[in-house]
Amino acid sequence: MNHSLIEKSAALLFMLTFIVISIGGLVQIVPLFKIDSTVTKVEGMRPYTPLEQLGRNIYTREGCYTCHSQMIRPFRDEVERYGHYSIPSESMYDHPFLWGSKRTGPDLARVGGKYSNAWQLAHLIHPQGVVPVSIMPSYAFLRDKPLYLDDLNLHMTALKTVGVPYDDEMIAKGRADLEAQATGQGDTEALLKRYPKAKLGDFDGDPSRITEMDALIAYLQILGTLVDFSEPDASSAKPSK
Amino acid sequence: MSAAATSLASAHAADDRQMIVGYNEDIVRAFSIATVLWALFGLAVGVWVALLLAFPGLNTGEFLTFGRLRPVHTSGVILGFGGNALLATSLYVVQRTCRTGLWGGPKLASFLFWGYNAFLVAAMISYPLGMTQSQEYAEPEWFLDIWLTVVWLTYLAIFVGTLAIRREPHIYVANWFFLAFILTVSVLHVVNNAAVPISWTSTKSYSAYSGVQSAMIQWWYGHNMVGFWLTAGFIGMMYYFVPKQADRPIYSYRLSIVHFWALVFLYIWAGPHHLHYTALPDWTQTLGAAFSIMLWMPSWGGMINGIMTLSGAWSKLRTDPILRFLVVAVAFYGMSTFEGPLMALKPVNALSHYTDWTVGHVHSGALGWVALMAFGSLYHMVPKLWSTRLWSIKLVEVHFWLASIGIVLYITSMWVSGITQGLMWKAYDEFGFLQYSFTDSVAMLHPYYVVRALGGMFFLAGGILFAINIFMTIFDAPARRRSDAGLHAQLTPAE
Repeated sequence: MNHSLIEKSAALLFMLTFIVISIGGLVQIVPLFKIDSTVTKVEGMRPYTPLEQLGRNIYTREGCYTCHSQMIRPFRDEVERYGHYSIPSESMYDHPFLWGSKRTGPDLARVGGKYSNAWQLAHLIHPQGVVPVSIMPSYAFLRDKPLYLDDLNLHMTALKTVGVPYDDEMIAKGRADLEAQATGQGDTEALLKRYPKAKLGDFDGDPSRITEMDALIAYLQILGTLVDFSEPDASSAKPSK
Repeated sequence: MSAAATSLASAHAADDRQMIVGYNEDIVRAFSIATVLWALFGLAVGVWVALLLAFPGLNTGEFLTFGRLRPVHTSGVILGFGGNALLATSLYVVQRTCRTGLWGGPKLASFLFWGYNAFLVAAMISYPLGMTQSQEYAEPEWFLDIWLTVVWLTYLAIFVGTLAIRREPHIYVANWFFLAFILTVSVLHVVNNAAVPISWTSTKSYSAYSGVQSAMIQWWYGHNMVGFWLTAGFIGMMYYFVPKQADRPIYSYRLSIVHFWALVFLYIWAGPHHLHYTALPDWTQTLGAAFSIMLWMPSWGGMINGIMTLSGAWSKLRTDPILRFLVVAVAFYGMSTFEGPLMALKPVNALSHYTDWTVGHVHSGALGWVALMAFGSLYHMVPKLWSTRLWSIKLVEVHFWLASIGIVLYITSMWVSGITQGLMWKAYDEFGFLQYSFTDSVAMLHPYYVVRALGGMFFLAGGILFAINIFMTIFDAPARRRSDAGLHAQLTPAE
């Protein structure tokens, strides 16, 4: 073929370039939405509680993902250090994913329950007080900032729009659930029914108010704990009923 | 005679006829000045965040922690410095090689300049305030993304429109690469940033994609920002400024055709190598690795075409520091496109992923290839735009060495710290226990982070000399034109 045909027509060059750059993306991306095996739904996975979701928003706002990954690779050393390797369904409600690309600090995919709330609090306030060689900044200011709750419904509705299965009741009870989780008071039974395994109680050591610190620690404490890998066949992703 | 050489010859002729043809040079001047300012800003923030990692006590308060400042650095250099350099050079090159002014007229071009730079300023303010989509190199929130879409489509329209009204029969090869860059970035930007704002008055949005799909789309975007923004666009620069500065035609026309189509086809597949061994399906990872290896060929094809353009003119490297910037940039392109496919191999990636090796690799491309190419192109272009000569060739020489020392310090320290991290994480002792705790691998980093910051300071110092030289060239231009009385002002390297 004579290439000068293409060189002499801006329209032809434009069209051909567009076709050529489209192929790779189409082949790699479109099937991921179509093939069922991409994400096998696993028992235990649920959307985040309102408090956890707002905590996740603080995690993204502060750029925690620039130094911490949330993706354990299937290597002996990683599994021993961090726990069972990550499976696709564990991030199925993450808009967007937070797998990260750098481990300046350790992986956090299964940090939930590894440390007490008090440890997390002390560490976030003054990392070097707990881990002397740490190079993490202090996040003490989170404890002084009341968690902004007035647009909670909007958050949950937007997440529902992009595919998170919050039902009308969950959205209606969003604020009550959040307060119940952050204080351990109120209708915690209903909360745990809607969001099994949610960690309850005061996270930031100050029961008088709900702060951004409460939300962030609630989020950290749930990470990687929803799927039960102690069951014999959990690693091969037991399909939910 | 090859078409590439023909186009280049007419580009030479076009230079002399610029007054007649009516080029919009004001807009190129504006983008050039913006390039210099964003270079200073982006590099300075880079040095600062490097210092934050070496001396964490420097993190202060809520707005200026590493996590919030990192995107200020990456956007500052990639979108600010790199973006303005691409806009300046592409609009300069497309007019001269098409022998026509910009399509759409000066008002549309001004909108492009102010629209793009307003986007950048707004993004820089939004990150410290905590507004971010938390997707690397796509951090700006939804309202800024919509604005950038409008601006970017304007750029695409101006560029394609100018190609359409050209007075040259052939579209010069540099413009193929610029077109591929602008077009692909439009597609990447729109698809990756699909999000639902929580309300029209809130800055917060949620990505339309989740988990695995979100990861794949993000790294399809992320890797092709490297492939098209930092590669194809800058190869466009190479295809104009290397032959111009060396005063030689492009080495091989045929090679430029083959490497153009191979590059734009193959690059788009390579994204999944950022997700090796993750929860992304295996077949996708394998495709990503395979196409990354194949990318070796067009990458080196481009490098060979750029460097061999100096055939018969090698001696100029000794006397012309601007040409040295351009050629060493192409050499770094060759080096980092060798390293990249290597790191995309799964066994190597098992060691390198999550470590500083990746950071070093990015910077060998960003500092060595992208920044040096931008510096060299501006050193060539600015004197022409202001019809003068460069203020100081000596200073270009000093800049070259400062930049080179900075790059070497940066990438060697990151190689050592990255590979050490990877090995420490995987080390077992004689009893079969993990030999090091994670904190051991953090404690080890300090000296390398200090050296890396030092490398950044060298590179920034060079950038400051660059800014001084460019601004003095501009301020000095009227006086210089008078003293060159009657001579047609032209850039001649000090010989």
